[in-house]
Amino acid sequence: MNAKDNFLKVKHLYNRAGFGISYTDLQKISKKKLSKAVDGLFKTADKDEALALVDSSESKRQLLVQAGLYAKKDLTDEEKKMRQEIVRMQNEVSRDLNIAWVNKMINTDAPLREKMTLFWHGHFACRSNNPMYAQQLNNIQRAHGLGDFRTLLIEVSKSPAMLQYLNNQQNRKGRPNENFARELMELFTLGRGNYTEQDIKESARSFTGWMYDKDGSFIFRQNQHDAGTKTFFGKVGNFQGEHIIDIILEKPQTATFIAQKVYKFFVNDTPNPTYVKELADHFYNSKYDIAELMKKMFSSEWFYNPENVGTKIKSPAEFLVGLSRSFYVTYNKPQVLIQLQSSLGQYLFNPPNVAGWPGGQSWIDSSSLMLRMRIPSLVLNDGEIDFSGKADPEDEAVIALNRTTKQKTVKSYVNAQANWPKFLDTLPKSLSPLELTEFLLQPKLNNKITQMVSDNKGLRSTAVEITSMPEYQLC
Amino acid sequence: MNRRNFLRNTGFAVAGSLFVPAFMKPLEAMALDELSLYKNLVVVQLSGGNDGLNTVVPFGNDIYYQKRRSIAIKPEEVIKLNDMQGLNPNMTALQEIYDQGWMTIINDVGYPNPDRSHFRSMDIWQTGSDSNQFLSTGWIGRYLDSNCQTCKFPYTAIEVDDSLSLALKGQTKKGIALKDPAALFRNTNNPFFKSMIQNEKEHLDEDNLGYLYKTMIETSSSASYIQNTSKIYQSKASYPTSGFANQLKTVSKFISSGLKTRVYYVSLSGFDTHVNQIGQQGNLLKQYSEGMAAFLKDLKSNNKLEDTLVITFSEFGRRVEQNASNGTDHGTANNMFVFGGRLKKQGIFNAAPNLGDLDTGDLKYQLDFRQVYGTILDKWLDVNNADILSKKFNTLDFI
Repeated sequence: MNAKDNFLKVKHLYNRAGFGISYTDLQKISKKKLSKAVDGLFKTADKDEALALVDSSESKRQLLVQAGLYAKKDLTDEEKKMRQEIVRMQNEVSRDLNIAWVNKMINTDAPLREKMTLFWHGHFACRSNNPMYAQQLNNIQRAHGLGDFRTLLIEVSKSPAMLQYLNNQQNRKGRPNENFARELMELFTLGRGNYTEQDIKESARSFTGWMYDKDGSFIFRQNQHDAGTKTFFGKVGNFQGEHIIDIILEKPQTATFIAQKVYKFFVNDTPNPTYVKELADHFYNSKYDIAELMKKMFSSEWFYNPENVGTKIKSPAEFLVGLSRSFYVTYNKPQVLIQLQSSLGQYLFNPPNVAGWPGGQSWIDSSSLMLRMRIPSLVLNDGEIDFSGKADPEDEAVIALNRTTKQKTVKSYVNAQANWPKFLDTLPKSLSPLELTEFLLQPKLNNKITQMVSDNKGLRSTAVEITSMPEYQLC
Repeated sequence: MNRRNFLRNTGFAVAGSLFVPAFMKPLEAMALDELSLYKNLVVVQLSGGNDGLNTVVPFGNDIYYQKRRSIAIKPEEVIKLNDMQGLNPNMTALQEIYDQGWMTIINDVGYPNPDRSHFRSMDIWQTGSDSNQFLSTGWIGRYLDSNCQTCKFPYTAIEVDDSLSLALKGQTKKGIALKDPAALFRNTNNPFFKSMIQNEKEHLDEDNLGYLYKTMIETSSSASYIQNTSKIYQSKASYPTSGFANQLKTVSKFISSGLKTRVYYVSLSGFDTHVNQIGQQGNLLKQYSEGMAAFLKDLKSNNKLEDTLVITFSEFGRRVEQNASNGTDHGTANNMFVFGGRLKKQGIFNAAPNLGDLDTGDLKYQLDFRQVYGTILDKWLDVNNADILSKKFNTLDFI
């Protein structure tokens, strides 16, 4: 075992399966065999701590009030105010939930579990105005993110957030709404082109009655369910939702579709059909055990091939979390995390649509790249912000209410602190700026970068410089 | 200040201002024909779902007054355009524009199976997708990708904002977002950025790193081009003081200085008027109209109005019946505005919304928004709309 080689492999593993690794941990872990490092990573993931920001009893109380107001025909001014106030509180808690998750990713000691949550967050992309629902879905994705795919799929499908987002609440006997059934097959399991319109119609009928009650709990409403005979992928029966999901899972195409998506997220934008097939077969044969799929991938030699190292563009979440994690950044004004996410094009919990964020090169345009290259000096050196993100369309109502005729330009500071002593403590005393550069960047160093840092003196200034480079956008 | 000191102290923007801009291209060096005959498209997005029925008011229809007891615009207040429709009184600035024949109103533009979510419907409008289709590129982005004669420069499409909308993102090419050309120029001229792209040839591969470097180099050359071309131009026109008018002023500066950009994108937000609509929408429509009127007159005085086409859209209109909070909720079809000096059909393009024939309380669309896009792609940007949109859309004769 070549020590340097193993050092780079473990670094790659932690960059892809987590959000990077500290120098101290890297030194420690890379002394062992690579397979031990993979095992260790899964061991950290045993810990599953749900997000518990949203107080569900308070949320349920609000839901009941809201439902009451909704049912009334004429509202008094006070009731109108109350309704607005609930919306305002929900928006505020939604933002807090976003920040809580970002901070969790920054500080977690179960990085693989959070990375899987991030993956499923994009796969089962969903928006909900209700922070309790959003938190619940996020926790489902965390709890089952490395578990049984069938359980994950069923739990997601039964979550109020998804039932609401894909209109299954309106999917009733005699008046089917096909939205959920379509996305279940197109985006969650089989992929476009692997089913017919008839399959969508029949499965939509099978999911009639899958609803949630006013408390926000799943409920199967027998009287809304179409109990007639359905024909789905040539099978005939009185199917319900679970039957449909089982028939979908019987098809190896589902394993292929998920394996390909996992490959594109963790390995390379361009799928390699041979490797994807290896993963898909293993996933299918393990009866859709997600941990098995991931272990197989991280243990494959090809995962560490040069074409797969330092070649993926970090998503904004990976970029922000990775940077903050590496330098132990505290955000004194955490709202800035939301501003950064929206300016960089990935506002968590707010995907562009049910297909999630397209990823890859679509993250990068002139403005987002310029901003990415400025963020390290903004965050690590508390610089001034002179940009503003786009308004989220869902915030338009708030903008409409608060609108003044003149737009004010707000000068603000990131107001974040990197813990430099802690960061520098993790580095060996003798570490040179060039070695630090090799550690912080995933792509191989070229002459220019080598020359740029060769006359550097301090590690701190080198770190800011390196993280501002285009190479730092890759992992 | 060296590279590292600068990084230690600030973000790029502040430090960059210490550096004097490079050589500027004098106006005389530009051939006159380079300065004209360049067709521009300006897209104005009204975010939040503008209530089209209180913008172009169907004052000749009783149903409008029955459905909107407390928020209808009174007939005597409407700026009448014909016997049926007229403009919101806050839009007086556009009356002159309309009378000049520089404005066309297209009624009831929408798409099949409309979505009432802001986000999703905006996504559909920006990508030009069907309502059950998800595209990761925008319609202008795909125009850039098509590599046509009129779209070969990296600065072909500019959004006047800090970040780039999906509408301007293609698979291989993307527009540029900038609020202030001088700031972008400073940022791309700071010593660190410059040193990163100096003699950068080895990275120009097809891979992701090559893509990052290509983006940086194009940003830098576009920033220089935009700054050096536009800074010599001084507008004499006066614009109202609003963020929206400022965006338009920047666009006018770019167009009038002869920038070879084809598409500009600006937006105005805050149209989600569920509560107390009258005052809020009124303010916004006033800002919109005054900004647009100043912009169009500015273009006219620079002989650019003939070469410019402006369209305005919003992600959806609102329900015909008002709600209990003196506002309106999310609806479907909406009107679009087209402005320019070479409109084929001026005034009101098609029949007013039929308020007596609704789809569960919502307007039915008469025209698909992709027919409008398709018309512009075919007749203004000189490409085949079937190459950009998912299929061929029939064109309309407003241009």
